[in-house]
Amino acid sequence: MSDIAWLIPLFPLLAFLLLTMGARRFSDGVASLIASGAVLISAGLSVGVLIEKVSMVAPTTLRWRWLSLGDQSISFGVEVNQLNALMLVVVSVVSLLVHIYARGYMAGDRRVPAFYAYLSLFTFSMLGLVLSPNLLQLYVFWELVGVCSFLLIGFWYFKPEAKRAARKAFILTRIGDVGLFIAVILIFWQVGSFDWGPIFTAVEAGKVAPEMITLIALLIFVGAVGKSGQFPLHSWLPDAMEGPTPVSALIHAATMVAAGVYLVARAFPIFEASDIALDTVTYVGAFTAIFAASVGLVQHDIKRVLAWSTVSQLGYMMLALGSSGYVAGVFHLTTHASFKALLFLGAGAVITALHHEQDIRQMGGLWKTQRVVGWLFLLGCLAIAGIPPFSGFFSKEEILTAAWLDGRIDVFILGVITAFLTAFYMFRLFFLVFMGGKKAKVEETRVPRIMIWPIIVLALPTVGAGFLAWLPEHGFSHWLTEGTGIAAGPEGESPGWLPLLTVLISVVGIGLAWLRYGRGRVNSAQVEAEPAKEFSIHGLLSHAYYVDDLYRWVFVKPYRWISLALTWLDRYVIAGLVKGIGLLFQNLGRIGSTMQNGQAQTYALVSLLGLVILIMGLSAGRWFG
Amino acid sequence: MPVTSYLALGAVLFSIGLYGVLTKRNAVLVLFSIELMLNAANINLVAFSKYGLYANQTGQVFTLFTITIAAAEAAVGIAILFALYRNRNTTNADEFDSMKG
Repeated sequence: MSDIAWLIPLFPLLAFLLLTMGARRFSDGVASLIASGAVLISAGLSVGVLIEKVSMVAPTTLRWRWLSLGDQSISFGVEVNQLNALMLVVVSVVSLLVHIYARGYMAGDRRVPAFYAYLSLFTFSMLGLVLSPNLLQLYVFWELVGVCSFLLIGFWYFKPEAKRAARKAFILTRIGDVGLFIAVILIFWQVGSFDWGPIFTAVEAGKVAPEMITLIALLIFVGAVGKSGQFPLHSWLPDAMEGPTPVSALIHAATMVAAGVYLVARAFPIFEASDIALDTVTYVGAFTAIFAASVGLVQHDIKRVLAWSTVSQLGYMMLALGSSGYVAGVFHLTTHASFKALLFLGAGAVITALHHEQDIRQMGGLWKTQRVVGWLFLLGCLAIAGIPPFSGFFSKEEILTAAWLDGRIDVFILGVITAFLTAFYMFRLFFLVFMGGKKAKVEETRVPRIMIWPIIVLALPTVGAGFLAWLPEHGFSHWLTEGTGIAAGPEGESPGWLPLLTVLISVVGIGLAWLRYGRGRVNSAQVEAEPAKEFSIHGLLSHAYYVDDLYRWVFVKPYRWISLALTWLDRYVIAGLVKGIGLLFQNLGRIGSTMQNGQAQTYALVSLLGLVILIMGLSAGRWFG
Repeated sequence: MPVTSYLALGAVLFSIGLYGVLTKRNAVLVLFSIELMLNAANINLVAFSKYGLYANQTGQVFTLFTITIAAAEAAVGIAILFALYRNRNTTNADEFDSMKG
């Protein structure tokens, strides 16, 4: 099965080519069938590959020659190990569900075939990224998913905010990509190969200087920071919510933003070799987690709450990886992909029901009318809040265990506070949307069935994926790390009180949310009045700590001023110089042309003078000699 | 040195002719001045064939040729002038400026 793994990304690519070439000929239904069918095949193959990997863990590698540079040759191909078999399934299944869901969500849009074409291109790139056996190929796909993200955020390009968000996402992730690119070059310089195997061997054999390893690991992490929306490059991810909701679920919750985490996990042996790099990953992750969670407390847009939550949870994964909790990080990546995709699709269903209303202050009381969506959304909220037996509980507990056992008490405390904040803001969202009285001015519409079924499918792993942690003899972590030489997590027995603490803290968060928002006491005027206070903690949070404003004043505005100054310089100094030189010769020419007056006698006089000067010149030597 | 006086006469004639060519407004006078310059050259040729270092007949033969060709040239020049006069109704050299750049 793994031998044909290279086929997996090709089906979406085929669908993309078909849809791009025939975009105007296909009806919406046909286009969605083509794209969904292609992803269905990929998903089926991915599941087959994963099932095969469960019993046979030796990595399968297929390689073809790509380029020859002197005596170096660069190959492309696919490599299937446990980590990317798992990622393959996550990516292709979520993508499949989003493809189906989008048929309902995008109904009536003018450019449905184009939407499916972009979605297919994204699926192709993401699957290719996951399967890449070397860094160069990974980098190519890394950029491709970035482009797809740009295209899909800006899909409704007639909205100025969408255009701006797409640009911002592209530029901010590019900053990270430059770091990754430098890391790729450094690795090739130091190791002489782009392939993971030789890189890890060289790192473990100590062939690369420790400082160089630290530098490479940090630069790889810069790439991951850009893609996964970690502080300080996080601010594009909330803005990316301008894209259609299925895109947010697929790209900005489940798969592409997890690519950064995947990259760190894939390059884990490099990080393991450098304590500084691990510390950086941990602290950036922990800070991002608590920072984004606190901002999530006060957002008004249903998708933005989820977006900040995504940033926060990605920080959690980074925290886990940095605390050597390799399995915990990857596990949380998997569970998060399912419940966050569920939450986004649920939010999309709410938005559809309310005719594209996204402000939670205008929502309320949906529990009575949208019971199915409400239940599904509740499942997602419970999972992300870390209530047993839902999947988020298990993965979060593993992360906190890893932090504790790694001796990072400060990070552990940050993680616990984040868990509390997460429970609070998720249930604030839930209560505001589903409880209380109705505030919607428009009549609700029924959510089409085709949008409900994918959410129900996602609910299965949301509920059940956590039990992977309970497989006998640590089956999951054993399987994931077998043959890779990576430690599953820090050594030691996890303290028995830890699950109790996490559950307790989540319940307290939910309870507080209930007291504040749930009892139907909160009126919409109160919530709407919240951001009015400019210099309060609330104001600070609702402006996301003014990070965007800071960037605007520190980077964007000065850059614009410099650009203006340079424009002035270009327009008046450089262009002036060029024009001045042009004018000089134009005027010289004018003077010259006045001498051409057509008078034969003047010409003769000039010739005579010339002759005299010539003779004088020729005979000058005789006078002075 | 008798040759000096001949050469001096030639030079004076040539200068007068040159001056006429460069300054006269009337195109007919310009043609006359050109004849003067030609004849100044002829005087030089004849003077050298009589008093030159290797005095012989070649210079005089040359002069005969020159006179003949000058006659033809004058005829052509006058003909052109006639044509110009018919077209432009003037013989003023200043007004012939179609060579203007």
